[in-house]
Amino acid sequence: MGVVEMARGIRWYVRGVMGEDAYEKYLAHVEGEHAGAVPVMTEREFWRDRTDRQDANPEGRCC
Amino acid sequence: MPKTSANTRAKDGKLPPVAVDPAILEAEDRHWTPLKIAIWVAIALLGGFSWTMLAVIRGETVNAIWFVFAAVCTYFIGYRFYSKYIEKHLLKPDDTRATPAEYKADGKDYAATDRRVLYGHHFAAIAGAGPLVGPVLAAQMGYLPGTIWIVVGVVLAGAVQDYLVMFFSMRRGGRSLGQMARDELGRVGGTAAIIATLTIMVIIVAILALVVVNALAESPWGVFSVAMTIPIALFMGCYLRFLRPGKVTEVSIIGFVLLLAAIIGGGAVADTEWGVALFTIDKVPLAIGIIIYGFVAAVLPVWLLLAPRDYLSTFMKIGTILMLALAIIIVRPEISAPAVSEFATTGAGPVVSGTLFPFLFVTIACGALSGFHALIASGTTPKLIEKERQTRFIGYGGMLMESFVAVMALVAALSIDRGIYFAMNASAAATGGTIEGAVAFVNGLGLSGVNLTPDMLAQTANDVGEESIVSRTGGAPTLAVGLAHIMQQVIGGSGLMAFWYHFAIMFEALFILTAVDAGTRVARFMLQDSIGNFIPKFKNTSWRVGAWIATAIMVAAWGAILVMGVTDPLGGINTLFPLFGIANQLLAAIALAVCMAIIAKRGYFRYLWVVALPLGFAAVVTISASFLKIFSPVPAIGYFAQNAAFRQALADGETSFGTAPTVEAMNAVVRNTMVQGILSILFVTLAIIVIVTAIIATIRAARRGSSESSEDAAVPSKVFAPAGLIATPAERELQAQWDALPKTPRKGGH
Repeated sequence: MGVVEMARGIRWYVRGVMGEDAYEKYLAHVEGEHAGAVPVMTEREFWRDRTDRQDANPEGRCC
Repeated sequence: MPKTSANTRAKDGKLPPVAVDPAILEAEDRHWTPLKIAIWVAIALLGGFSWTMLAVIRGETVNAIWFVFAAVCTYFIGYRFYSKYIEKHLLKPDDTRATPAEYKADGKDYAATDRRVLYGHHFAAIAGAGPLVGPVLAAQMGYLPGTIWIVVGVVLAGAVQDYLVMFFSMRRGGRSLGQMARDELGRVGGTAAIIATLTIMVIIVAILALVVVNALAESPWGVFSVAMTIPIALFMGCYLRFLRPGKVTEVSIIGFVLLLAAIIGGGAVADTEWGVALFTIDKVPLAIGIIIYGFVAAVLPVWLLLAPRDYLSTFMKIGTILMLALAIIIVRPEISAPAVSEFATTGAGPVVSGTLFPFLFVTIACGALSGFHALIASGTTPKLIEKERQTRFIGYGGMLMESFVAVMALVAALSIDRGIYFAMNASAAATGGTIEGAVAFVNGLGLSGVNLTPDMLAQTANDVGEESIVSRTGGAPTLAVGLAHIMQQVIGGSGLMAFWYHFAIMFEALFILTAVDAGTRVARFMLQDSIGNFIPKFKNTSWRVGAWIATAIMVAAWGAILVMGVTDPLGGINTLFPLFGIANQLLAAIALAVCMAIIAKRGYFRYLWVVALPLGFAAVVTISASFLKIFSPVPAIGYFAQNAAFRQALADGETSFGTAPTVEAMNAVVRNTMVQGILSILFVTLAIIVIVTAIIATIRAARRGSSESSEDAAVPSKVFAPAGLIATPAERELQAQWDALPKTPRKGGH
């Protein structure tokens, strides 16, 4: 595995664990499976919606 | 690296298999090449040798590296053999079935996540301050009992619980533990489980907050740097909301740099007169500050404070734990504590009272068996799992990692001088809070090899940039000293010790504040749901007034216990911590009881022992610990015995008794022990109700045979992904077929 590949792998992993790829996953979902079925949120709308949903649906954090 | 996604489709609509043929899996499992055998023999030998070094061959000191090897080898063996056994006989995951992330996919809450990413995600959600604090307090009994319990406990109990709960929740569309309890145990058991969860949550939040108060009281440096996390998080929240939405890693790095600046700045501030005047805060005002903070944080929108701090906390958590693991391997500190100390049998330890059985097992809850995980393993993570067989890696494997964190915390706490350890962890009531008092107290314990001098305490306090380290109870400061002691040998030398100390304090405070805030929110929703049964309007969680009232009730509940702990003349953490461990493990018993009922209904009676074993152990430990706390005639252990002793003293007209110097303090003890006693009775009663209803459900299932199932209907899966960290040859072959499919083009990709 080359250095570039390794760096790409680390970047992919960190983004994944931090949840930064959430919008990409969302896009992949709405454009793949149900293309055109639902209005697609913009990136800004998506992140607002995400925290708003957390407001209505809190997740515990462990001790 | 990136995975095959759900939008990959063959042109003719025909897909490769979505699961490896079970026969091939079985064959792969059974195929023992000489190399494979040699590796497992080597792991077993190294593990066995390390345990021998810890338990049998002990010289003056024991090297920390043996803890690491003993733990890691045991984890490997437990993961490879025991979790596979559970998978094969008890859970029988089926990769041809779609997971909720697939059949309920919405691109938001239900979104298939790469197993390796989800592992990190799940670990960050389950690991907090618990595994860092418990082992530190239990270190008074020597290193061996704690290590055995953490490592063996996780393999047979903690990881089993997490794995089972995660799997069963996944099969039920990501249902929560409370909902599963209602489904499996009926109304009585389900209601008891929900009330228990709610009260346990209150206790846990209160005691975590107490740990923070104890770590920050009288420490201007700590108060300044931890207080700065609030404006830093607010800034990050606004940055993500208005400037660059979604740039999570970027903002976390900015936040991390600001955090380091706050730690360094705290040192400078604590050197100034105004800094000391402004940020030296007593325990009581600090506790009130945290209570106000808890309320405000829980009613503010998530994007402003909770979400950004959560990113920061994840970032710090994974980074610091990796750093500490590396440092322990590089430094390999020598540990001079005895394997088993006299406090294990006498029960007279100054850190937490009580003998090894049952109190070791409740002092160390997180890291070995933590019921709280059942709340994370049901609900959040199951909605993100890509394939059923991955639950073993994420659920069982994730908990092994938390156990390893607990082992490292134990090593860090043990690596500091034992005299200093006891001076830091004995309550102020015992040491008087002064160096002289601490020296007299610790040397008076009569421990062999312990010779504490006033210089040692003054020097250590000076090194870590604190006014004093005497009676800094709660575990966090001790761990911070241990971590600083290890880290400074790798980076910075003794000049950086103060930085590392405050780095560790910050790291723990960050988790705890997140847990306090998130715990209050979750508890508020549960409360609103319960009140809603009587006043329907409360069910509407977006109703502001209701939300505020419910939040205020929850904050008042944990706040009252926090203030009680802070002002307790007996030392707070010493009396309350057992309640924390008992609560956490009663929750584990509840979760395991629910799992047992589910397994019985599936009809797998032959393997019921897998869950009955940890359930039985957790039940025996917590119920006997609760009974001791309720019925023990020894005042240091029994809440009511203590209560009676103080009431008697008051009735006799005494004006000071034991560690309480005034009548007022004596009244406080009477009040506190009564509350603690009543809480113990409540917990144990609820847990017994849940366990009994689970046993009834199990027996009923045995009579009726496996018939009912509360699982969601099976939906065929249309995706493939390997199960473990490393794909097996058969999985790689299948993956190659999936990778060869033409990708559906999509616009606007990154």
